[in-house]
Amino acid sequence: MTPDAVLARVHTLLPTAVSAAPELARGQAVVTLPREGMVEALRTLRTDPELDLSLLSDVTVVDYRGRTPRFEVVYQLNSLAKRHRLRVKVGVPEDDTTIPSATAVWRSANWGEREAYDMFGIRFEGHPDLRRILLYPEFEGHPLRKDYPLNLRHPLVPERDPIATPWHPRTEGR
Amino acid sequence: MASLIPGSMRPARFEETDHGESDVLEIQMGPSHPASHGTVKFNLRLDGETILDVDVEIGYLHRGFEKMCEQGTWNHCVPYADRLNYASPILNNVGFALAVEQLAGIECPERAKYIRVIGGEISRITDHLTCLGMAASEIGAISAGFYMLEAREYLYDLVEAITGARLTVTYCRLGGVVKDLPPDMRERLDFALKHTRSVMADCDRLLSRNRIFLDRMVGVGGIDAQAALDYGLTGPLLRATGVAYDVRKHAPYLLYDRFDFEVPTGANGDNYDRYMVRFREIEQSMRIIDQAMAQIPDGPVMANDPRFVLPPKQEVYNSIEGLMNHFKLVIEGQKIPAGEVYSASEGGNGELGFYLVSDGSGRPYRVRCRPPCFYAMAALPDMLRGEMIADIITTFGQINMIGGECDR
Repeated sequence: MTPDAVLARVHTLLPTAVSAAPELARGQAVVTLPREGMVEALRTLRTDPELDLSLLSDVTVVDYRGRTPRFEVVYQLNSLAKRHRLRVKVGVPEDDTTIPSATAVWRSANWGEREAYDMFGIRFEGHPDLRRILLYPEFEGHPLRKDYPLNLRHPLVPERDPIATPWHPRTEGR
Repeated sequence: MASLIPGSMRPARFEETDHGESDVLEIQMGPSHPASHGTVKFNLRLDGETILDVDVEIGYLHRGFEKMCEQGTWNHCVPYADRLNYASPILNNVGFALAVEQLAGIECPERAKYIRVIGGEISRITDHLTCLGMAASEIGAISAGFYMLEAREYLYDLVEAITGARLTVTYCRLGGVVKDLPPDMRERLDFALKHTRSVMADCDRLLSRNRIFLDRMVGVGGIDAQAALDYGLTGPLLRATGVAYDVRKHAPYLLYDRFDFEVPTGANGDNYDRYMVRFREIEQSMRIIDQAMAQIPDGPVMANDPRFVLPPKQEVYNSIEGLMNHFKLVIEGQKIPAGEVYSASEGGNGELGFYLVSDGSGRPYRVRCRPPCFYAMAALPDMLRGEMIADIITTFGQINMIGGECDR
C-alpha cells in the first residue's frame, strides 16, 4: 500500500489518529495517537488484515524540550506481506512520563521500551521487566534527554555483591 | 544431581532454590568469556547442564552514539556510524548516508550508487565471513575459521584499496562517496572474489556435511517464524525461519531492483539454517558485485549541491565562493529542513534503520539507530531455554551480536 492509502485506512480504523504534516514526514506515513487507549489502537493496527503491521521494528523516544507534550514515543511498524511502513507517535507530557506498554502486542517492544526507559525515563506501565538495559542500575539520570549535560561524570560504583544483590532479580512468571 | 554433590561441599555463593527434585545453579557467564566473541554477560539458571533460564546483560560497549551524533554536524556522524557494526562498516555508512539524503531530499549520482552497492556487498561478505568463521572456530573447526579469515583479509585489502582503511572507512558522505574506485578495481576484485569462492568451496566441504558440525548446529537454538516476527528478528535469523524478508527486495533502495539475486531462506530456524542462509548469501552478494561491476557507468561520485555537499578542494583553495561554502558547511553544518525520516537498509545482521529528526539547524536533533542484533539478543533467552550450556556458544555465534551495534 502507498503511504496515502495506509493513512486513509488508519483514519477509518482510528478516528482519533492525526496525520503529520506531509512536508515534515517526507512522504512517509506518520500518525499521532492519543495516549489513552493506545494499546488497543496498536493492536488494531497489528491485527487489521489490510494493514497487517506484524513487525514492530523499533521503539524510541524523541525529547522536544520546550514543546508540549515534551516527549514523543515513536513506534516504527512494518508490514512484511503488504510492504508498507507506518510510524506511530504518542505524546507524553513532562509532568507525567508514563505510557502503557506495547509488550502485550509485540514482544519486540520489551527491549525497545527498556532502552527508552533507560535513556529518557519514560515509564512503560505494564512492562514485565522495566530495568535499565544499556546503563548500570546505579546510574542516575536519563542521558538522551536534552537537559542532560554532555560532560556530566558519574562516580565509580562499588562492586556489587552477587549474594546480597542478586543479578537475576526477576522471579515472577518464570 | 543433588546426590552427586553433598550439601556440605557445595560452594556457599551458589544460591539454592527449591526446584522440584534437583538443584538450580545460578552462574554468570561473561562479560569477558574466552568462548564468546563480544562483551556480554549471561546470567544463567541451570539444572545440571540444561539452561532453565537466561538473562542477557548488554551495554558493556555503550559509547553514547546517539548522544554524540546530536553534538556535531550531519557529516560528523559518519565516522560514528562506521563503528556501529565494525564487521561491515560500509553498510552502516551507506545506511546512514541514505537516511540523511532522504531527509535532505537529494540523491547521489549513479556511479556513487553503484559504488555503494559494491562496497556494501563486499562488507556483507566480510560480515558473514566473520560470523561463520568465528562460529566454526568456536566449536572446534579452527582451520575452517582461519580459511574464512583468510578470505576476509583479501576482501579487507580490497576495502582498503577503495576507502583507504580496513575498518574505519568513513567512506560515504551526504551526496555520494568520498573517492572513486581505484583504477585497477576489476583485477583486485577478481583476485579477491576468486579466493573467496575457493575458500567457500573448501569450507562447504569441511563444514556443511561434517558430522560434528551438524550435531552441534542442527536443531539447536531454534525459533519459529511467528515468534521471530514477534521479537522483531530480521536478516539471516528471520530468513532461517522461512520468512523471505530482505529490505533489498521488500523496499528496494539504491539500485537493488536492477540486480538479479535471490533471498536464501531456511525452514527450521535453527543454527544450521542460519549458517546455511549466511553461506548462500555470500554467493548472492558476489553475484550482485559482478553484475554491478559490469553495469557501472562513468561519472561523478559526489552530487553537486552546494547546500549540503562540500565543494571540491580545488575550489576551496582557489575561489572565494568555494572557501565560503566550505566554511559555512563545516562550521554551521548542513541546514536540512525540519522533518523526520525512518530509513531502513539491509545490514549484515538484518534491518538497519536510522530514524533521524532535523529541526532545521545544521545539527541532527535526534539520531536513532535501529540495530538488528539488539532485537535478536532480546530473543536469545527464548532460543536457549532447554538447551545445554555449550549451545550458548553456537547460538550466540549465529546471532552475530556485534557489541558496537548492539550497545551503541
